[in-house]
Amino acid sequence: MNKADFPFFQDQDIIYLDNAATTQKPQVVLDAMNEYYTQYCSNTHRGSHDLGNKATQEYEDTRKCVAEFIGAQPHELIFTKGTTESINLLASSYVKDNFNTVILSELEHHSNILPWQLHELYLEVIPVDKDLNIDLDGFEKLVRKHPNSFVALTHISNAFGIVNPVKEIISLSHKYGCKVLIDGAQALAHVPIDVKELNADFYAVSAHKAYGPTGIGALYGKYELLEKMSPYQGGGSMIDDVSFEYSTFLDPPFRFEAGTQAIAEAIGFKAALLYLKGLTSLKEHNRTLLTYAKKRLLERNDVELYTQAKNVCGNISFNIKDIHHDDIGILLSKQNIMLRTGHHCALPIMKKLAIDGTVRLSFAHYNSLDEIDKTMTALDKAVGMLR
Amino acid sequence: MTTHQTIQQIHDELELFDDVMDKYEYIIELGGQLQSLDNAYKTHLYKVQGCQSQIWLHPYEKEGKLYFEADGDALIAKGLVDILIRIYSGHTAQEILGTDSAELKALNLSEIISSGRQNGIASMLKRIYGFAKGVQDAR
Repeated sequence: MNKADFPFFQDQDIIYLDNAATTQKPQVVLDAMNEYYTQYCSNTHRGSHDLGNKATQEYEDTRKCVAEFIGAQPHELIFTKGTTESINLLASSYVKDNFNTVILSELEHHSNILPWQLHELYLEVIPVDKDLNIDLDGFEKLVRKHPNSFVALTHISNAFGIVNPVKEIISLSHKYGCKVLIDGAQALAHVPIDVKELNADFYAVSAHKAYGPTGIGALYGKYELLEKMSPYQGGGSMIDDVSFEYSTFLDPPFRFEAGTQAIAEAIGFKAALLYLKGLTSLKEHNRTLLTYAKKRLLERNDVELYTQAKNVCGNISFNIKDIHHDDIGILLSKQNIMLRTGHHCALPIMKKLAIDGTVRLSFAHYNSLDEIDKTMTALDKAVGMLR
Repeated sequence: MTTHQTIQQIHDELELFDDVMDKYEYIIELGGQLQSLDNAYKTHLYKVQGCQSQIWLHPYEKEGKLYFEADGDALIAKGLVDILIRIYSGHTAQEILGTDSAELKALNLSEIISSGRQNGIASMLKRIYGFAKGVQDAR
């Protein structure tokens, strides 16, 4: 795959396998942001000078582009700082006033647990089986017992790569009067997303895990639900009228975009999605990498994997028996292989597995089988030093 | 030996390694030799914050000098802890507070220099200085 698109790889010999944390950025993304800052830097949705209009146009084009990428309409899409802010916004503007219970899975990232806890919502947890697959019967029991709840579920687990049966979950949830948010942070770069086909009520994404800039993401919501939501923050550009007695707000999505937005990052987000669209054999390449990494790991007799699930994507987590994951991470880093070790911000599932953390390889399209081989050689060396 | 002299001595020892992997092999060796801590001190109270691996630090004062003993569950972290104990243990609070932790940068160990919120070694340094400050203020 085309590493040449990424300036990051030009002058340094690094194997980067921490893509679930953030991906590297292609030149086209940097160029788009650079063009904004050097040629038409100005604020959006204010005044009427030409540069402001151009910036507004590009910013709103991104909204169209992101919407189209996930099967939504532009007016159903709110720009946020990323998935975390999307979930916090939803908790604050909608869920806390309309629901008592949030149902989530044992696989969730902290950012899909803490926003609900901060609003003192009652949490019910969907159990997973020994392969970390969601137990759909267990889920149906939960929603039957807690109808009209809010369901918040990750599309792909950031710690173990499990792809959840989100369509089935959404359908079951609706049967019992629940509304559903899908956390798509890990999904955007890896699987096609169609919010209409899924019938998701809300869907949250981040640009930076899909070759885009940090600090920009989006929350999709069905428009009739967005209309019921109260503003998240007050500030410029989100008002209809303001007086000291009473203020009124714009319609969604602008109601939720107070203050100057991350304009350059939004423009970079569009460039990233266009880049992503242009990649071919993405799914096959990802599967090849994952299958090969698993095969190579299983050749060792000291590896602990935590799932045999077939529906995995993007990352693989493991431990080496009797060796601390942190030691492995440091020694691979000294060999120019960057990957993540630790609990991956998913402490509940680590506690269930009775581990402190794992070593995680997470892939992007620029990774290769050769890099996996080099990683395994480096792993051999690290383990040799630690035994 | 003063804290400054120990830092210089450790710097010279680490400089001997041309290969970074050899240097870490040495740190791992130090980690393996770190005296284990009494289980009574492996509690939340003595645990140093830092999410990558667990470190427990037991500081105490004896005849006007401060001593540190520690344990951990990862070898490299234990090796780095051993280095810090060698530098700071057995000195007065005044000597410790008179040692600028920026001097440690000379050791060129990224795990010690990094000030990340998840860096247990950085948190351990904070505890060492915090303990020294507490002892000095109590006087």
